[in-house]
Amino acid sequence: MSGTLATGASVEPPMVLAEQVTKSFGAHEVLKGITLEVKRGEVMCLVGPSGSGKSTFLRCINHLEVLSAGRLSVDGELIGYREANGKLYEMAPKEAAKQRRDIGMVFQRFNLFPHMTALQNVMEAPLRVKGLPKAKVESTARDLLARVGLADRADYYPAHLSGGQQQRVAIARALAMEPKLMLFDEPTSALDPELVGEVLDVMKGLASEGMTMIVVTHEMGFAREVADSLVFMDAGVVVESGLPSEVLANPRHARTQAFLSKVL
Amino acid sequence: MNGPAAVTPPLGEPDASAPIKAIRLRHPWRMVFAVVLVAIFVFFVIDAAFRPAYDWPSVGKYLFDRRISMAALVTIELTVFSMVIAIILGVILAVMRLSPNPVVKSVAWFYLWIFRGTPVYVQLTIWGLISLIYTSIDIGLPFMTPWVSFSTNAALNTFTLAVVGLALNEAAYMAEIVRAGLLSVDKGQEEASIALGMSWSQTMTRVILPQSMRVIIPPTGNEVISMLKTTSLVTAVPFSLELFTRSRDISAETFNPIPLLIVASIWYLFFTSILMVGQYFLEKRFSRGVGDRQANKSDAGGGAGLTGAVPIVGAGQPTVVLPPTHDQPGTGGTR
Repeated sequence: MSGTLATGASVEPPMVLAEQVTKSFGAHEVLKGITLEVKRGEVMCLVGPSGSGKSTFLRCINHLEVLSAGRLSVDGELIGYREANGKLYEMAPKEAAKQRRDIGMVFQRFNLFPHMTALQNVMEAPLRVKGLPKAKVESTARDLLARVGLADRADYYPAHLSGGQQQRVAIARALAMEPKLMLFDEPTSALDPELVGEVLDVMKGLASEGMTMIVVTHEMGFAREVADSLVFMDAGVVVESGLPSEVLANPRHARTQAFLSKVL
Repeated sequence: MNGPAAVTPPLGEPDASAPIKAIRLRHPWRMVFAVVLVAIFVFFVIDAAFRPAYDWPSVGKYLFDRRISMAALVTIELTVFSMVIAIILGVILAVMRLSPNPVVKSVAWFYLWIFRGTPVYVQLTIWGLISLIYTSIDIGLPFMTPWVSFSTNAALNTFTLAVVGLALNEAAYMAEIVRAGLLSVDKGQEEASIALGMSWSQTMTRVILPQSMRVIIPPTGNEVISMLKTTSLVTAVPFSLELFTRSRDISAETFNPIPLLIVASIWYLFFTSILMVGQYFLEKRFSRGVGDRQANKSDAGGGAGLTGAVPIVGAGQPTVVLPPTHDQPGTGGTR
């Protein structure tokens, strides 16, 4: 992590700062004012029933969804808009793409490119987006595949990999852009139970290396063990948040209690 | 089956792991049908060989006649030029139809409505009469003296008009094929690509188009073959140097049409056969990673890749059977 040269009393901004984030699809309000902060190196787990807006919030951070109201900034930079003279200007697609480079995203359904091998999947973005030399990109990509335990699967197409392996390739693909923030959208929900562990292990490794992560998950064990904070969302609002051990052991809110009694 | 010396497993306790040895089901009717069909075919061939109307010596004489081979070349030129224009225009129209801009969308829809809704023969005839409708081509501002003006007849020869007529008609069909291809790619692919910071054009060219090719190529192959044959209609323009019209013209002199029709058919068949081989290799190239049905190589599961087939109907062309769109690689507990 490159520490910015502190000038006087200036403080490093939080990695993610959400203020009253609101999102509607037509008349349906999915997010009703989410305010939260994710510090550098923090691992935050977002939990809650389906339809509570967790995934939508995650997609807002990456500007895959456009906010209806509120402010959202990553590393001190407003997402999707530029602010000048007290006015907001919508970003051109090019600028938005530039912001997304630094934010890695892992999807529930992996979304690997099926016409490329595992190695090509990992190499694609550094080659095309950053324009790095091929030899360098390839050696980095091979290192990343080794890191997720798939060095021997580099030349396999996604169709020939198990779900767990595909998701690990997807993580390597996101890491290849050297993101400062990683978003995980239910990364283990589409996996066979016996394959969940291998993906969570990779994520644990990532967390221990100090990566800032926001994880939408139903894996309470992972949340308890790895997360620094846990946020419980329901019906588009943050119901409760705090240390995972505390929230999981002593949920204060009735809605949290009801949810946890079902999943724990 | 077993000889008296063979050791049979005790009854009720068969060796389950032994490979199944059973007498294969016989299909006697298949054999009967095959013999009958081959006999009819052989009879037809022998009969045709001695039938004077076919005039085989003339077929041999004209098959490599210089006029015919030149006409075959012109047919290829017509096909290639119009298909190239049609594919480019088709991609543009397909992207226009998927555009969020309602004006652009409607323009594409209107184009398709006109060019798909009228017969190609009528369109070619109209293109042939274009110089009667627009006597000169002017470049300039409306209601002012044009900067450049030239006569339509001088600018557009019948070959150009034939290519334009065929291409504009075909573009409407290609647009539908390309659109179906683009829509067949899972939305998640676009999102994954965008999330990596790739631009719209990179997403299109590197992720969406290569995957849609698998769906686009088979019907496009059909369109090329169809176009090769449709070139025989450009006599409506009238353009007369392609294969069919040329052979008709020769037979008009010799009063012997049948051998020349056979000659033309042989050339058409020759070209379509080459196209079919080319299409096979193109399809193979673009189904990397998805179309192959080899057993799962990964050690985590034994499920074979894909099952089932989804028919894709390409713009009124014969139905092509393709592997299903693979939009959820390995989702769920399948492997």
